[in-house]
Amino acid sequence: MSKPADLVQGTLDMLILKILALQPLNGWAISQRLRQISSDVLGVSDGSLYPALHKLEHRGWIRAEWKSSENNRRAKLYSLTPLGRKQLEKETANWNRVSAAISGIVQLKEA
Amino acid sequence: MDIEQWLYSFPLRLRSIFHPNQVDQEMKEELREHLEQQINENIATGMSAEEARRSAMRAMGGIAQIEQQCRDARGGSVLQDFVQDLRYGFRQLRRSPGFSALAVLCLTLGIGANAAVFSWLEGILFRPYPAVVHQERLFAVAGTVQGKRIDGLSWPDFLDLRRSCTLCEDSFVSKITGSTLNIGDHAEVTIGSIVSANYFDAIGVHPMLGRGFEPGEDAGNNSHPVVVISYQMWRNRFKGDREVIGKTQRLNNVAHTIIGVAPDGFYGTFVGRAIQFWVPASMEETFESGGYKLEDRGARWIESYVHLKPGVRRAQAQQQISVIAARWQKDYPATNRGRSIGIWPLWQTPFNHARTMGPTLEVMVVVVAFVLLIACANVGNLQLVRSFVRRHEMSVRLAIGASRGRLLKQLLTEGLILSALGTAGGFLMAYWCRHLLVMLLPVREGRTMYLPGVIDGRVMAMGAGVCLLVALITGLVPALQTQHLDLAGPLKADSSSVVGSRRRAWLRSGLVVLQVSLSFILLVGAALLLESLQRMRTTSPGFSTTSVAVTSVSLVASYDVPRAKAFQNELIDRMNRLPGIESAAFAAVTPLGYAGYPSSPIAVDGYQPSPDEQPEVEYNQVGPGYLATLGIPLLSGREFARSDDENAPLVAIVNRTMMMRYWGGGDPIGHRLQVKGRWARVVGVAADSKYESMGETPKPFFYVPLRQDFVREPDLNVRTTQSPQSTLTAVRREVHALDQDLALYEMITLQEQVNRAASPQLVAVTLVSTLGGLALLLAAVGLYGVMSYSVAQSTRELGLRMALGADAANLLRLVISRGLRLTTGGVLFGAVAALALTRLLGQLLYNVSPHDPLVFGVALVMMTITTISACLLPAWRASRTDPARVLRG
Repeated sequence: MSKPADLVQGTLDMLILKILALQPLNGWAISQRLRQISSDVLGVSDGSLYPALHKLEHRGWIRAEWKSSENNRRAKLYSLTPLGRKQLEKETANWNRVSAAISGIVQLKEA
Repeated sequence: MDIEQWLYSFPLRLRSIFHPNQVDQEMKEELREHLEQQINENIATGMSAEEARRSAMRAMGGIAQIEQQCRDARGGSVLQDFVQDLRYGFRQLRRSPGFSALAVLCLTLGIGANAAVFSWLEGILFRPYPAVVHQERLFAVAGTVQGKRIDGLSWPDFLDLRRSCTLCEDSFVSKITGSTLNIGDHAEVTIGSIVSANYFDAIGVHPMLGRGFEPGEDAGNNSHPVVVISYQMWRNRFKGDREVIGKTQRLNNVAHTIIGVAPDGFYGTFVGRAIQFWVPASMEETFESGGYKLEDRGARWIESYVHLKPGVRRAQAQQQISVIAARWQKDYPATNRGRSIGIWPLWQTPFNHARTMGPTLEVMVVVVAFVLLIACANVGNLQLVRSFVRRHEMSVRLAIGASRGRLLKQLLTEGLILSALGTAGGFLMAYWCRHLLVMLLPVREGRTMYLPGVIDGRVMAMGAGVCLLVALITGLVPALQTQHLDLAGPLKADSSSVVGSRRRAWLRSGLVVLQVSLSFILLVGAALLLESLQRMRTTSPGFSTTSVAVTSVSLVASYDVPRAKAFQNELIDRMNRLPGIESAAFAAVTPLGYAGYPSSPIAVDGYQPSPDEQPEVEYNQVGPGYLATLGIPLLSGREFARSDDENAPLVAIVNRTMMMRYWGGGDPIGHRLQVKGRWARVVGVAADSKYESMGETPKPFFYVPLRQDFVREPDLNVRTTQSPQSTLTAVRREVHALDQDLALYEMITLQEQVNRAASPQLVAVTLVSTLGGLALLLAAVGLYGVMSYSVAQSTRELGLRMALGADAANLLRLVISRGLRLTTGGVLFGAVAALALTRLLGQLLYNVSPHDPLVFGVALVMMTITTISACLLPAWRASRTDPARVLRG
């Protein structure tokens, strides 16, 4: 697995928040969803997912609850907190600004 | 992190700290869950079970690392940092054992002194009665005249107060009394309390065997001879007999039925004494002199307490009680005119040893605070030396990315370690010292003082507070240095330039000046107290002290008034026949003793008191030849004779101050004086003397014949050429020749009585000079440290001076004069502070001005000698500087 760029790694938090904004999920489901949306391009290793989740929980952006799932197994379900929603909006806005700027630069025609 | 985030994370953090295993377990479960799902998925895509497992593991990366990363992400790192700092700090302190031991020793002494004084304050003033409930709402009650406490309450007043005071939850009597304890044919003196029947209920103490008193047992005259004995008496006299209830014990030769045994750890309610038995007030006549007093509103013999209702302030209650007392003035003018009732918090109780120990302990609080500051300054100084040594370590840590905050935390943690060790040592010291005060006080046979220190939650909390404060101080002093640490300097191989050296020198000198000033103040205080004690013991109280001994015979109940009178006459006759005894006389009260004098409203022919004046004068009931026996000069007229008895006309002797005030200096002999409503004729004038304390100013006073105002158990004064011990043997022989059943109190000289009156001063002197000496020693160590350090730092300069022609003597002088300069600064500050502070010694001082120049001079000389001795070694080292070696280097 090739090492993804730092920029992308730094946006892992934002991606997790985005995914959880749609619906509460457990760790496994989040990793599947990450893989789906980013079509494996970002290559987030499962190893870095869990520390990131724990960190976000401690910042108060997501909340974790133990729930019984359909096949009666205990699973830790993560959901977005109001604080997390605000953070997501902030980071999205930020991302749009930065990516717009960068794509502007990248698309400059060489003279 | 803002507040909102903190609200989310705080519970999580707490959970990580307090349930780390559970948190860890959940995290592992979560990861395992993930792994299983992955394996299942892998199998679904056609892998073998083994292959699926390996692939899943690979995708995860190392499980252990992820777990650790999750733990890091979870935080709880404050605690982890702290544990790390703690370990690191211990390692650092172990690396310099000399420094650590010295620092911990200084802090142990400083904190220990504080803990000991706190424990005394708690055990003697604030929570003096172990096992008694709601001491914070307990107040002492006494009778007042014009706001000044003069005596107790009478039983009728007490009952009325209990009925009318709506702000009081309950009130109870606890009057200390001595008693003869008869065991077989042998008698000894012990100490007990006369109490109201509600006593044990009101204080929430339940006898461990038997019962307390029942309502009504405090009514009647000698109607309920029952007694509750102390745990100690139960253990010692009754050998822990569980069948003791129902047995009888003779007290003052009256058989009392033992109805209860007080629990272990309960010592009654009298600061300074461990009470041995409790009897109901109905037995008052058996124990108190002066007959049956339960129906006499004028007999103010009661010491009592009230529990205020929760939330009631002292001032409110006092107001209500004053109103009640004012009503009595109207209802019972004969006995209650001009009188009121006051209440005091326990630490100001006017009738027990809280009063004598209070001022001393107040001074001690200030003294130990100084000692603690000096100890902190010393440790701070040691830390400064160390921080110079450690600047390399600190710079490295900064260079590899530690924040200054993190370094500060590290230094504070080290301060905390030192301080915690010092606190632990200090509390051990306080525990050992908890009975120290008693050892400093003179012991009376059968009346051992009981002044314990108590280490309870409040004292512990106080200690913890001190510990944190000390940690902050000792941690922040070296931290001040890291503020000025620059990264590059110390990292260069060997930088001989001292970073921030000017600042450090300034700080070190400042700390020494602080130490010197504080110890100078303590020296002045100790010298003032010593001087007072000396003057107290050598000033004449107006009666002879060395050749007069005093004791008391405890009369048993079968001695009614006629029999007691006959006994007294017979004993005096026998005494006068003994060789070596010049004279003997009974008196109701011994000067400077615990018992106060009675007082009486008086009237004098030809003296017109102003409208709001109610002349009331203290007096003593004395036997024939009392003045001669005590050596109080008779200025004119005659002494009482044996013929001045109950059948003769009433007579009195007044003192000089009384003559001046009520007869305008004219001769009072032959004039009339009204005492307790009856007219007596003045037959003599005695010189002034000290009556209640050495510190009092001359006051009006008079004497009446014992036979005309009789008390059953007066003190016996004996003028003798022999030692008190052999006199006591002689007196005991004569007493036992008259009655085998009687016990004597110990016999002491009046000089000993004077010394005992000075015991608060003695305690203060001993403690303040011990701590002052300690402070001086610590200051000397501090001074020595600074001087050695500055000599070591300036070898170059010294060498240069030597090369330029200075000789050893010059250098010696140079260093010592530097030390003296520091001391001079300290002494100047100290002297100014001492001028303001010695006033705090207040009533502990006797005939010494708080600004006594001689005392300040003595302190200055001691300080100078200390400075010179502390500087000698560094100065000698300086004088041995080898210029050639230094300058070449």
